[in-house]
Formats: sequence, structure tokens, C-alpha cells
Amino acid sequence: MTLMNFDPAIALLALPAFAAVILALLPDYRLTSRINVLVSGLTFLCAGLLLFERPAPGRYLFVDDLNVVFVVLSTFIGFTTSVFSASYIDHELESGKLTPAYARFYHAMYQALMFAMNLGLLANNIGLMWVAIEVSTLTTVLMVGIYRTPEALEAAWKYFILGSVGIALALFGTILVYMAAEPVIGEGYDAMVWTSLMQHAAHFSPRLLNVAFVFLMLGYGTKVGLAPMHAWLPDAHAEGPTPISAVLSGLLLNVALYAVLRFKMLLAANAAAISPGALMIALGLASLIFAGFMLYRRDDIKRLFAYSSIEHMGVITFAFGMGGPLANFAGLLHMTMHSLTKSAIFFAVGHIAQAKGTQKIADIKGLTSSHPMLGWGLVASVAAIAGLPPLGIFMSEFLVVSSTFARQPLLAIPLVLGLLIAFGALFMRLIGMAFGEPTGRADKIEASVVPLLTHLSLVLIAGLYLPAHLVAWFQNVARLLG
Amino acid sequence: MDRLYFDVAHLFAGSLVLTSFMLLYQDRMSGLINVFMLQAVILSFSVGWQAYAQHAPHLYLTAAIALVFKALVIPIALRNMIVRLGIHREIEIIGGVGVTMLLGIALVGLSLAIVLPATATADPLAREDIAFALSVVLLGLLMMVTRRNAVSQVIGFMSLENGLILAAAGAKGMPLVVEISVAFSVLIAFIVIGIFLFRIRERFDTVDVQELDRVRERPR
Repeated sequence: MTLMNFDPAIALLALPAFAAVILALLPDYRLTSRINVLVSGLTFLCAGLLLFERPAPGRYLFVDDLNVVFVVLSTFIGFTTSVFSASYIDHELESGKLTPAYARFYHAMYQALMFAMNLGLLANNIGLMWVAIEVSTLTTVLMVGIYRTPEALEAAWKYFILGSVGIALALFGTILVYMAAEPVIGEGYDAMVWTSLMQHAAHFSPRLLNVAFVFLMLGYGTKVGLAPMHAWLPDAHAEGPTPISAVLSGLLLNVALYAVLRFKMLLAANAAAISPGALMIALGLASLIFAGFMLYRRDDIKRLFAYSSIEHMGVITFAFGMGGPLANFAGLLHMTMHSLTKSAIFFAVGHIAQAKGTQKIADIKGLTSSHPMLGWGLVASVAAIAGLPPLGIFMSEFLVVSSTFARQPLLAIPLVLGLLIAFGALFMRLIGMAFGEPTGRADKIEASVVPLLTHLSLVLIAGLYLPAHLVAWFQNVARLLG
Repeated sequence: MDRLYFDVAHLFAGSLVLTSFMLLYQDRMSGLINVFMLQAVILSFSVGWQAYAQHAPHLYLTAAIALVFKALVIPIALRNMIVRLGIHREIEIIGGVGVTMLLGIALVGLSLAIVLPATATADPLAREDIAFALSVVLLGLLMMVTRRNAVSQVIGFMSLENGLILAAAGAKGMPLVVEISVAFSVLIAFIVIGIFLFRIRERFDTVDVQELDRVRERPR
């Protein structure tokens, strides 16, 4: 391939796919974790290129304003997580929780997951997107079960069964969309291509689209982790390796949400179809309030933040369900901020759990005095996720609430209530863990704090000042979402 | 001649729904696997008929995958597994067959009520297929909910998936059907391996699983 026809979209798929094969073959685990970081970095650079030059939509892949946001975000967090993962996995190998063979398998799966997520985001075909999301489920199931403890196997099993049912419902919805498109576009491949679907959406049978959307919403909604289909999410976060928790919360939930948004746009383009917002608002609010209450009774630190992810995915789905330029803008911003903050939290939590040798909240005390860097990192990132000013999530939550007040004041009541409930729970737990006399084990740990600090400073900067370029970009996407 | 196409497709799709009902009340593992085999055979006939009726040769491949993989490989693997785990004679208590059957009938009614009005303009062959397919999907879900045993949950999932293949084959000229059926086969293979590991864990205690892992890795 010469430099002239270098296509960053293809590189985004080829790099991780190629790396997955290489990493599966290389026996030296120190080398593989470095290659993992290197490839993730290169993938991020390719995603950056998409900002400047965009390939024309092809038969299989396409790039538009919407998926660029997702691709850049997910490759960035994929890169920082791989840096964190390198030091995390080193420690797991030293402490004997993982064998070198499993570490090798883990790195290969990490790149396979990156490949599947990029494919899901870039696919110009509803069938291809479905296959990509299925592959991403499979790879994460394998990684969740990697410790081989009974709890990890059970979590993987639960994730597997629920994820498969979700993915099966989404396939049924996909078939129905094809059936709606087929009389208008004609038989064959074109009736599954996003770009042609969007062009002709106005002429599709609205009733068929309505039925299809319900299946797609429930199916992909399972993978977004919306209540009441969320049961797999806390277990998968708590029992798998922590870098995977960061990737699950920061990226994979977004990819499933992206699929929902695409189909929402399809329905919005058809005047006679139901407006998909109501269903999204209902599921979003249910997740927010349910997860808010569940936060109070958690005793496992990773499970705590997994419920916080359900809560925030609820807020984001709610915002997109409200629709309109302002709420969509707020939803996009909240999604970005949540991904950055939540993965930062898992970076801190991963090292904390290694240093303390436990994930039990009751056994973790006085982190700010025993491990100042990690402890204060956790305090800052929990402050961010709870929505304290001046951090980025405060601003995005403020936008979600104020746009709701402007249009549907009644809906703002449960929204604010849910946010306050979650706020209280997170701080109650945080104070016990961060302050007071340190107890229990306190191993020295070679933590890599660079990813944590990078994410936190980005969230802080976004809270203080959003560059005009970014605002214009997000506003453009928000308009596209309708 | 059109009438014949329609009637045969109808017969196969209807039999699929019937076998889904039969799956609901099987309380023995071996009976469950036998009925599932029957369903897979009917599915492959049904997909084969769609291939003939739509002149779509790629669907023959899907039918062949269903026949080889789901009617032979998976049931044989499952049967070996339950014999080895000693649960082949086990009787699974599934509370209230009557209630389950009534719920099943309600679900079939629901899917007809949803699909038939929504697809009023579509080709009648595809239309009835989709209605039956949705019934099979919902009955598979019902079965997964009413069962406790991992093996029977997986059979429930596979029958759900049979409904999806029926729907995909019925949608005229839908591309990627073969690819999707392959993707699903891989998924099922993973599930079956999954049960195996899972059941090992239940039968022996945790230390033994770790011991097994170590034994397996020693040669490297």
C-alpha cells in the first residue's frame, strides 16, 4: 500500500486484527504488553487522522460526523488503558494470579476486542455491525472468565447468556429493518447499508420499523446495561481483570449505545413511525433511579462503580431520548466525560485492589495516607463522577438537567432525584475508603499514574473550558442526531 | 404452484412452533435433546425449501449448516456431556406445565398480533414466516426462563436461535444469512464448551479446576 491511498479507516481495523494474531503467537509476555501499548497508540493516531481526512463512504465501511466521535474516544481510551494494563498485568503475573500463557491470551483478546469495536463503529451495514458487536461480546466474555475462579466463571456465564439473548433480539430487529427496506430499496446488499437506508427511510413501512425498534432497543439496550436487562454488568465488572472493567464501562457500553442511536436516527427520518424517544427516556430513568438505590448496598469496590456506570448510561440514554440539539449535545458530552472519568476510576481501583489485596470496601481504609497518589486520585475521580464542579461531568449533567427543565419540567424531578441519590451513596462509600486510619495490607505498588492523571486533567479542562472547535463539532453531531 | 410453495413453507414453519411447544414440557434431558434434534431437522428442511422457492442457492448452505451442526454435532456432544456428568436420567422439575403452556399460547398469539398487522404489505410467504419465527423466539425465551439447569437453558437458547434463522431465511434476498448462521454456530460452540467448564466446577470443588489448569499448562 503506498502512502497515496492509505486509508485510516482500514488501518483502524487492520492494525488491531494483525496485532491480535502476532500477540497470540509471541511467547514473551513483557514484549507482548509493550506491543499492545504500541499498537493501541498507533490505532489512536489513525483515528486522529480521520479528523482531518475522511474517506468516502464505501460498501462496507463509512465515516461520518457521528462515528468519528465514538472512534476517537474509544481508541484514545483503548490506548491509555493499554498503558495501565501493562503495569496491572505485570503485577498479576508477579503475584501469580495469572500465568504467562493467560497473559498472552489476554493481550491477543485485547486487540481482538479493539478490532471488533472499531468494526462495529465503522460498519456501513447493519448486519456487519451486528456481527462485530457479537464478536466484542465473545472476546469480553473470555476475558471476564480469565482468572478461572468460580466467581469469575459464573460472571462470565451470566454475561454470556444474557448478552447472547440481547444480541439475538437485536438480530431479530435487524431482520425486520431489512424487511422494511426491501420493498423500497430492492433485494440484496443495498437494503442493509446505512447510507442507503438513511436516504430512503421516509418510505419504509412505519409499523414494521416500530416493531423493529422495540427489539433493537431491548437487544442492544442489554449491552448498554440498561435496567432491567443490566444483571450481567456488575458481575462482569467485578470478577474480570480491572483493565477490562475500564474498557467495558468506558467503551463497550458506548458501542452498543451507538447502535441504538443509529437506529433512532433511522426512525426519526420516517415521519409516520413512533418517536423512539419515549422508550429511551423510560429505560434511562429506570436505570438511573434503580442504580442510584443499588449503590447504597454495595460492599465490593468494583461492583460499586459498575452500578455507577449503569446510572450514567441511564442519564446518557435519557438525554438522547429527549432529543433536540441541546439535549443531544449534553448527552454526547456526558458520554465522553463519563468514559474518561469511569476508566480513570478503574485505573485507580485496579491498583488499590492490588495494593490492599482485596476488593471489599470494608477492608479498604485511609488510602490518602497509605497511598497518597492513588488515594487522592480516587477522591478526585469520584468527585468527578458524582458531578462536583468544576469537573466536566458537572457541566454535562447541568446541561442535561437544564435542557430537561426547559422542555419537560416534570421529567426533571426524577432525574435530579436519581442524581442526588447516587451522589450521596458515592460519597458515603468514598469517605470510608479515602480517609481515617489505614488498616490491613498496604503493599508497595508500582502504579502507572500517567493514564489516571491524563484522564483527570482532560475532565478538569473540559469542566473549565471547552474549546470552540470541539463545541462546534459536537453541536454539528447533535443536529445530525435530530 | 404458488399455493404449493406457500403451503409447504407454512407446514415447516408451523412444525417448528409445534416442536418449540414440545420442548417446553420435556422433563428428561434425553427427551429434550431428541426434540431439539427434530427441531433442527425441520429447520434445515424449512430453510432448504426457502432456498428452492426463492431460487437462492446460498440458503442451501445455511440449511446444510443447520443439519450438520445443530442436528448432529451439537446433540451428540450434549448427549456425551450429560452421560459423563451423570445427569441423563435426571428429571428436571419444571413447575406448572399447564401454566407454561398457556403462557406459550399467549406468546404465539402476541407474536401474530404484532407481526401480521405490521407486515401487511410484505410478501405473504415472508409474512407468515416472520410471525412463526417470532413465536419460536419468544417460546425459546420462555423456556430459558423456566429452566434452572445450564444444559436446558442452552437448548432453550438454541431453539430461540432457530427462530432467528427462520426469520433471516424468510426475508427475501437478505444478504449475510450464511455469515450470520456461521457466527451463531460459533457462539453456540462457545456456549457448549462453557457448560462443560461450568459443570466441572459444580461437580468438583474449586481447587480441582485450578489443578486441572495447571496440569494442562505444564507441558509448555
